Amino acid sequence: MSGNLGHDRIGAAMPRLEDRVLLRGQGRFLDDLAPAGLLEAAFLRSPVAHGLIQRLDITAARGLPGVEAVYTYADLRPLMSSDHMPLALPAGGLRHVIDPDVLAVEEVCYVGEPIALVVASSRRIAEDALALIELEIEPLPAVVDPVAGLEPHSPPARLGLPDNLVARTGIDYGDADRAIASAPHVIRDEFRLSKGGGHSLEARGVLASFDDIEQRLTVWDSTQMPHRAKSILVDALSLHESQVRVVTPDVGGGFGPKAVFHPEELAIPAAALLLKRPVKWVEDRFESFTATSGERDQIWTMEMGFTNEGKLLAIRGTLRYDHGASTPYGIALPYNAATNLIGPYDLPAYKIDIQLCLTNMTPAAPTRGAGRPQGTFVMERLLDRAAEKLGLSREEIRRRNFITPDQMPFPIPVRQRDGSTMEYDTGDYPRCQQEALAAAGWQDFPARQKQARAEGRFIGLGLANYVEATGRGPFESVSVRISPSGQIIAATGATAQGQGVKSMVAQIVADGLGIRAEQIEVVTGDTQLTPSGLGAYASRQAVMAGNAAHHAALAIVEKIKIAAAAMLETQPDDLEVSQGRVHVKGVPDHGKTLAEMARALAGAPGFALPGNLPPGLFANSDYMANGLTYTNGSHVCEVEVDPATGTVRILRYIVVHDCGRMINPMMVEGQIVGGVVHGIGATLFEWMRYDAQGQPLSVTYADYLLPTSDVVPRIEMHHIESPTPLNPLGVKGAAESGTIGAPSVIVSAIEDALKPFDIKITELPVTPTRLRSLLRKAKEVRS
Amino acid sequence: MFDPRPIKLTVNGRAIEAVVDSRMNLADFLRRDLKLTGTHLGCEHGVCGACTILVDGASARGCLMLAVQADGHAITTIEGVASADGTLHRVQEALSRHHGLQCGYCTPGVVMTLLELDQDREGRALSEDEIREALSGNLCRCTGYQGIVDAAMELFGSQHSSQT
Amino acid sequence: MKAPAFTYHAPTQLKDALQLLADLPNARVLAGGQSLMPMLNLRVAGPDHLIDLGHIEELKALQSVEGGVLTGSMCTQRRVERSPEVGEICPLLRDAIRHVGHQQTRNRGTIGGSVSHLDPGAELPVAAAALNATITIASLRGERIVPFSDFAQGYLTSCLEPDEIVKQILWPKAPKGAGTAFLEFNRRPADFAVVSVATQIVLEDDGTIAQSSLALGGVQGAPLVLDISGLSGARTVHEGFGEDLLRGLDCDGDELYPAEFRLEIASVLIGRALSKALAQARSVAHV
Repeated sequence: MSGNLGHDRIGAAMPRLEDRVLLRGQGRFLDDLAPAGLLEAAFLRSPVAHGLIQRLDITAARGLPGVEAVYTYADLRPLMSSDHMPLALPAGGLRHVIDPDVLAVEEVCYVGEPIALVVASSRRIAEDALALIELEIEPLPAVVDPVAGLEPHSPPARLGLPDNLVARTGIDYGDADRAIASAPHVIRDEFRLSKGGGHSLEARGVLASFDDIEQRLTVWDSTQMPHRAKSILVDALSLHESQVRVVTPDVGGGFGPKAVFHPEELAIPAAALLLKRPVKWVEDRFESFTATSGERDQIWTMEMGFTNEGKLLAIRGTLRYDHGASTPYGIALPYNAATNLIGPYDLPAYKIDIQLCLTNMTPAAPTRGAGRPQGTFVMERLLDRAAEKLGLSREEIRRRNFITPDQMPFPIPVRQRDGSTMEYDTGDYPRCQQEALAAAGWQDFPARQKQARAEGRFIGLGLANYVEATGRGPFESVSVRISPSGQIIAATGATAQGQGVKSMVAQIVADGLGIRAEQIEVVTGDTQLTPSGLGAYASRQAVMAGNAAHHAALAIVEKIKIAAAAMLETQPDDLEVSQGRVHVKGVPDHGKTLAEMARALAGAPGFALPGNLPPGLFANSDYMANGLTYTNGSHVCEVEVDPATGTVRILRYIVVHDCGRMINPMMVEGQIVGGVVHGIGATLFEWMRYDAQGQPLSVTYADYLLPTSDVVPRIEMHHIESPTPLNPLGVKGAAESGTIGAPSVIVSAIEDALKPFDIKITELPVTPTRLRSLLRKAKEVRS
Repeated sequence: MFDPRPIKLTVNGRAIEAVVDSRMNLADFLRRDLKLTGTHLGCEHGVCGACTILVDGASARGCLMLAVQADGHAITTIEGVASADGTLHRVQEALSRHHGLQCGYCTPGVVMTLLELDQDREGRALSEDEIREALSGNLCRCTGYQGIVDAAMELFGSQHSSQT
Repeated sequence: MKAPAFTYHAPTQLKDALQLLADLPNARVLAGGQSLMPMLNLRVAGPDHLIDLGHIEELKALQSVEGGVLTGSMCTQRRVERSPEVGEICPLLRDAIRHVGHQQTRNRGTIGGSVSHLDPGAELPVAAAALNATITIASLRGERIVPFSDFAQGYLTSCLEPDEIVKQILWPKAPKGAGTAFLEFNRRPADFAVVSVATQIVLEDDGTIAQSSLALGGVQGAPLVLDISGLSGARTVHEGFGEDLLRGLDCDGDELYPAEFRLEIASVLIGRALSKALAQARSVAHV
């Protein structure tokens, strides 16, 4: 504890401020909110992947006692400013902009797409009414495979489109064609990679209430991006900015999907406007599987050229990507994947054609890692293949290709979303790998492996390295205000879904003001209290809101010192702020409390403000990013495989991680461990499956397997701190990083364990069925 | 259709009499009728464990029990764990110390499972594997379970876990 | 995801429950609810009447009797798990129950509920098949006693008539010197089994196999009892025994776990289970 130091400091493993309330079940999550007169909603959703609505009869449903309203698109359209939801994140390369509809108009394009909305006195009655809606749909051919969907004669995933190539983008630097043509060695492979969904334990939810007297709409939304939600609502419903407030209550996990604005977030406020009563919709788990965006399959057809010494010459290929049924979040995902392929390695030439296919599955959007694990997977698999071909060890081929610390900052001629060029800021990739190998006992492993094989056990060790662009801009806001009552309030546009954002902001402000974090009230995710903000995505909040908090704290300290210098008749430089007071250095008694300063700066009728300062003791910072900061890590893991059953057990898992300076190491580790386990799930357990008609096959937690405590190992953590020069705190992001290395390192370890069978894994997830199939083929080849 | 049933039960030591629709599950009854919203619903099909409560001291899924089935029984929810003055139970304290919670949505269920584990072990020290098995009925998407396991190891473990 | 409406009944006497079951249309019996409640919440089950057996004391028995362990249909899985007697009298039941769900579901899940529901991934029906447990079935028309081999008829299908319920199950006492094993393949330890094997082996004094039985779950709709009498007189189980035993067997499969895969797993588990049971029988013999 930091108590004996008198105040909380950056860098301390401070327990979180959020915990006490949550541990007692006193959190206020979306479904816990129940204003008087509340109505509850349920959605009728498409039972088919693609089709045309022939008949939609809501008469019987409307007549059920307890039902207040049943709405279809035609009922909501008069409130809307446009036919479709005005989402469009700016994205180059989009060929067709396909914003989702608030409710299906005529054509349905994925199982789970909302068609009608029932509002009733309770959710169970709303569900009873759903069963009374008569719906007839004429099925249309469904596009369920992004490769087939891009073929010239594929049926369209949406009627009227000339093709399913919804976007095309790419990377092309160096001369990859020439480099591959003249490379001494070229390896080729195709990878088909699924990744699990977000699966926050709290599903999505929205509560909207319209105050008829004030003509104001308040929307409580379990979202990662309340300010974006507000601006979409203002646009879509043609309301004034001052009429709409979006508030995020406690949020039970985000992991990406809650950064996307979904149709329900517009339909529920629209229903509240029509009914003039509060309306709440809480997504159930079945809906979550079908209606919440997630990541979809990526198919990589790749080749890599390299020298006799194992130096990379070029990588070239095609990434075909299942984008689902609409474009709710631009094309960030496959682009992330493609840029993240480069990793910590010096890749002289790179050419990739990225083709996004519109399909009849739930729209795609980022989940933790956001495409990066797949890009890293491709690079790490290709490196392992190249090492094998040359007879090099896996660590040696990586060592020969690392970007080294003396090359930093290291530019890569790849354009980013904001138009700038990629540039790695800091990091010591060779050391990171070396420390991971040392921690894992890499050198001694072959002897252990030999011994185990003699006992009939197949153990293997894997290695993977990665970088992650974190701290995406453009800005984040924090304002700090000290009220005349002495209360200290920090309000931020950053949003909290469990990362400990309130503690992080409080810890930084406390460090600046020389007080305890618990003395600060942090407000997040309320558009009324923070006029601007972005929210949670791209592992950014410690970087962006952290530095904003730091700036705001410094600014308020400066204001306190200037004002106090005037009041105490001294110089600002002779003052210090600590323990809730400003006082002359070394003379704690000679000073003022912060509350006194706030009162002085609040002004009194006719009197001048101290130091001729503007009124009020507050400071606001909209911290602007100076470019992305690059976190990196090396993972080593040990597995045991039972070849007879295809079962993989992770025995050890080591992470060496570098996210620059750590504000709170305990919370950083919590993020990394959670991220790794998310990645373990994506590698070995989680799989959102569909059949050939686009029907989802895994819609319960009995069929979709999340990792449980008894199948994940202890994650052993080590840190390197390479502060970034790009922000004053020197911090980089950490929330997604753990996920990125997991698929690569686990698969590397599995292949190592099964070396006697010489199998190559090219698909994720790795299931026992798939492993058995590979082993069977290997046996056939040998016999 | 409303099928009203009178029930009598105790919740966190308090005697309750209520009339419930027979199809209402226990978690909904606690959350909606009694405003005890600390019991969370994560899947409503009995897998995630967020709605774990104690029925006569034994853990149960609140979503897999009808409220009417609680008639005559003693229910403990997360709201009944800390002392009335707000002092946290040592399980709660340990979870905070070891960063065993992030978003806090699964946390009430985790606490209830750990309370039962403590009771069942009858003072016996548990291995990490036993603790991980006991926690396997509570899904957590944030922590990777490590902080939760470490908290349980500190309280019930045969050895202290390595401090990382 | 909220249950549809039904009328709830809570009889306290078995005969009253049977009367309700005989009289009411579209009625379902609620035992521990650990399978039925998810089905109700997901609205894949929609009974007009729900008859809760939870108040009928006579269905909650757990006692050792002449021939083995008698479990009332409403005896919870947790009670069986924690009963030292069960472990001694019927070790295979103890082995199986350790694989059933999580503690939170075993606390309420019942023996009769699991055996009646006959989920192909459930463990207790496979143990009941290997032991050929005896099921007492009750209705207003009277009681009948059927061996498990007649009880289980197919996927989620028992021989229960609509007016009947399982009253109790007799789990046969293991012969002296028996070795048992219950093994299953699943992705996470507490999940339903993809494939499971239950076996019990009894040795002669000279260490050769006297009797043996084996049942498989997850390969066909209902648990499958395999004839392994050929092992009688043997001392060991030869490698490839499982594969030979399963050759030509009809096996269910799906995209995730195709028939070929299930049979491979089954043959591996058969070998391992028999070895384990044999080793256990030997260690018992040498005590």
